[in-house]
Amino acid sequence: MSAFRAASGGRIDRTRTLRFSFDGRDFQGYEGDTLASALLANGVHLLARSFKYHRPRGVLAAGADEPSALVTIIRDDARRTPNLRATQIDIYDGLRAESQNHYPSLGFDLGAVNDVLSPLFPAGFYYKTFKWPTWAWRRVYEPLIRAAAGLGRAPSLPDPDCYAQRYAHCDVLVVGAGPAGLAAAVATAKSGARVILCDEQAEMGGSLLSETTATIDGKPAQNWLDATLAALTQNPRVTLLPRTTAFGCYPHNMVGLAQRLTDHLAAPDPTQARERLWQVRPRELVLATGALERPLVFPGNDRPGIMLAGAARTYLQRYGVLPGRRAVVVTAHDDAYRAAHELRDAGITVAALVDIRNGTGAIGDTVTAGNARMNDNANGLRIIRGATIAATGGRKRVTWIKLGDGTIIPCDLVLMSGGFTPSVHLFSQARGRLRFDADCQAFLPGAPHPQVRSAGACAGVFGLAAALADGAHTDRFAVDAPPSGKGGMLGAMAGTGGKAFVDFQNDVTAKDIALAVREGFRSIEHIKRYTTTGMATDQGKTANLNALGIAADALAMAPEQVGLTTFRPPYTPVTFGSFAGTSRGMLFDPVRQTPLHDRAVALGAVFEDVGQWRRALYIPHAGETMHGAVARECHAVRNAAGMFDGSTLGKIQVVGPDAGEFLDRMYVNALQKLPVGRCRYGILLREDGFVLDDGIIGRLAADRFHVTTTTGGAARVLGMMEDYLQTEWSDLDVWLTSVTEQWAVISVQGPRARQLLAPLIQDIDLALPHMALAEGHISDVPTRLFRVSFTGELGFEVNVPSGAAGEVWDAIAASGATPYGTEAMHVLRAEKGYIIAGQDADGTATPDDLGLVWAIGKTKRDFVGKRSLTLPALAAAGRKQLVGLLTDDPRTVLQNGTQIVDDPKQSVPMRVLGHVTSSYTSATLGRSIAMALLENGRARMDQHLFAPMADRAIGVRVVSPVFYDPQGARLHG
Amino acid sequence: MLLIACPWCGARPELEFSYAGEAHIARPADPASVNHAEWTAYLHMRSNSKGSHRERWRHTHGCARFFNAIRDTTSDAILATYKPRDPPP
Repeated sequence: MSAFRAASGGRIDRTRTLRFSFDGRDFQGYEGDTLASALLANGVHLLARSFKYHRPRGVLAAGADEPSALVTIIRDDARRTPNLRATQIDIYDGLRAESQNHYPSLGFDLGAVNDVLSPLFPAGFYYKTFKWPTWAWRRVYEPLIRAAAGLGRAPSLPDPDCYAQRYAHCDVLVVGAGPAGLAAAVATAKSGARVILCDEQAEMGGSLLSETTATIDGKPAQNWLDATLAALTQNPRVTLLPRTTAFGCYPHNMVGLAQRLTDHLAAPDPTQARERLWQVRPRELVLATGALERPLVFPGNDRPGIMLAGAARTYLQRYGVLPGRRAVVVTAHDDAYRAAHELRDAGITVAALVDIRNGTGAIGDTVTAGNARMNDNANGLRIIRGATIAATGGRKRVTWIKLGDGTIIPCDLVLMSGGFTPSVHLFSQARGRLRFDADCQAFLPGAPHPQVRSAGACAGVFGLAAALADGAHTDRFAVDAPPSGKGGMLGAMAGTGGKAFVDFQNDVTAKDIALAVREGFRSIEHIKRYTTTGMATDQGKTANLNALGIAADALAMAPEQVGLTTFRPPYTPVTFGSFAGTSRGMLFDPVRQTPLHDRAVALGAVFEDVGQWRRALYIPHAGETMHGAVARECHAVRNAAGMFDGSTLGKIQVVGPDAGEFLDRMYVNALQKLPVGRCRYGILLREDGFVLDDGIIGRLAADRFHVTTTTGGAARVLGMMEDYLQTEWSDLDVWLTSVTEQWAVISVQGPRARQLLAPLIQDIDLALPHMALAEGHISDVPTRLFRVSFTGELGFEVNVPSGAAGEVWDAIAASGATPYGTEAMHVLRAEKGYIIAGQDADGTATPDDLGLVWAIGKTKRDFVGKRSLTLPALAAAGRKQLVGLLTDDPRTVLQNGTQIVDDPKQSVPMRVLGHVTSSYTSATLGRSIAMALLENGRARMDQHLFAPMADRAIGVRVVSPVFYDPQGARLHG
Repeated sequence: MLLIACPWCGARPELEFSYAGEAHIARPADPASVNHAEWTAYLHMRSNSKGSHRERWRHTHGCARFFNAIRDTTSDAILATYKPRDPPP
């Protein structure tokens, strides 16, 4: 047995010895131990180095409130989890833990020089230093700060574990399985409600797990606990979730739970989820989250061996651990008397109980109940009243404590209690209002919340009997338990000098907070950020109220006037893996593949991502570069025929007696009079007059249109159409259906397109004119055949049902068409000056800016965006207009987005006339081409302008954006 | 995540919906007859109210219909939802 393990007692299983290591040293503990309790049982108190001053630190608390004892748990290189609280790690056989934030070792840390140099690091020192000289920031300060930042080291390998997520609904979610939470769960389950009860600890029971004297309904408290849990477990309408932290409350009563499933196992099955993220929406949320004990703020209050009185009781009664041999108790609250009593009973010498209250007045009065009881039993317990603490000593473990009058008391354990802070984190996150309660010296839930009820200590209801009654809404429990009162203190002890820590995790002292106030900070939110108190993973669980007390003193204001900082989720850190769940790798974002994807793969295509789509960018022959492949593909289209997978085009079927009228109102074009079997190039504006999308609109029948949109605009356009149809023009009888996935599109383009298709096409006359469509068959597959072109060549878009796309593709390919990709498609359309909505039309261009006024139906009374086109700003002179640019040197390819100016020698910032929207190398033209939006562009034809670059100015000439076949002769071939 | 009661489908989580701006902003029946100020007000001016706000939502990943909601912008509480052409409660 370990040296500091009590002979009996606790909820550990002494028949199951577990081996574990800490910093390479082997230790033994028992099933049921946490890493903290097992190390304390082995007499190890030095667990960590503090963040800023690298001071030796031990265990302050026994649960989620532990700010100091942060360690790294290592299973393998990929499974190392930093910054875990030793107080929350269940040990397993073979557990490997390491301490953090030191060099070269925990015992001897060179960083501790910061502690000596601490006058150089007051609050906000990083706002005051590192400023001069300027060059030093990047070369000296930043590398140093980066090296010093953080505590544990993150793993460098991808997380190999899997994580699950689950939604749940229930009548009542109870957070916290202490007395109040258990009572609430039992009472609501009895009424037939569906109940979920979660608790962050491995074992449910909360304070009952270290309760050794109280009885409930005549039974010892722990027997009542076992019976209650057994009954709840058997109730099929109750779900018990241990090791599950309610980390956040979100709007409309949604609660996030992080359930740890395998971290406590020696050999977890890697195929099982490590954690499960729950999103629970209960009808009623019962918060029974208890209260956290506050440390006292006195000089040297952070040495290993100094812990909260309640934590010491927990180690003794729940884990059978003796946290020291000779203790001094320092308190501003009655509860510590009980700790002193129980430690003495376990054989620990209590050298003195220092009650910093002077025993008179309002605070003194509240002591009497607990005090009288203690004094009756405490033969010879030395109680010192009204004292202060001047200092403590001991390098890696406390060895003495000095009172304000100079008395030095040797000890190896100091217990402290400043009272209890109700855990109102979740209530506050649920937007519950808080009020300051002077009796509790803490903030409590104020006005009732319609869906959230706080019960027990988190509502300021202290003591076992009161907590049970509050949880169950009844007084039917017969309880015999030691009293537990309110009271305590906020802030620092009187006469505090030296380093008296407020926030142990961030190394913030009482002086730092006083300094911040002296430097002019008034808002508690600003004081928090300037001093860093209450930040990081701890979020000030033990620190916030003391920081508030010190700030209130310094500001000469009442705590309620100063107010609290915002409680932010998560209550304790949640792994990224939990949030990501299965959304990793291939499942991070859906990948959309066209029905012809496998054909492109077989051809060896190089792909690009276009939104969620994977599209073939180019299809190289063996040894071919991208440049070579694109030039060859373009050449094939211009001189023979190419084939292109256009299946990603958005397709909307617009059907109904009013379909023509509806499209007439949506698009700028005159569509109502579009004859059956004809197509039109449609332009869709936003209501503010700017071009949103474009596509081909074909009329299949009087009441039936096939509308295409840009690849990226498909969902947006359908949503916009639905909006107008449902809310503005609900009188129209029209149905909209997305058919993007139903129709595959094979675009066959080039002077030989008709000859290639002719043998394959059935029951369609291929003499079809440009901008016409017909329905028929291709290779026995039904098709909607559009004679349209996005290349400037004679072209057809073969629409076939997706399931048959592969065989049609193969048939067309067999006839000799050259497959081409999106890059060649872009070059070909740019040679013709065809815009891409979203690229050349960037949401600030009108039809006139783009030279598309010809498309607008002149006699139409109204369409979306029409009224805006008459607004002065949209009709004004000087707007940017689409033009072509030719560089002086035909080999120079401008970058997209390049700014255009008339005089490159002017001083910066230059007056910019516009910018390049598309730019390519055109193999057909044997030179580079570009499109640009240019101020008064159409009036600048043949002007010589410049693209100023970092090292030179590129000369360009303004030309028409139609670079190839301006008469369109090839289109109609 | 908000819990939003679609007037057709009932209460569903927010991720099934898309927000669609302030409600009861009717497109002028004859845009050509309104002056520039009235038209630009229709395009751009919104109440941006603190507190009770009438707004449009679309049950995009459900029935795909638009509807109106009254939401308290300070608490996110949804006080009512109703169909597009129904009067606000």
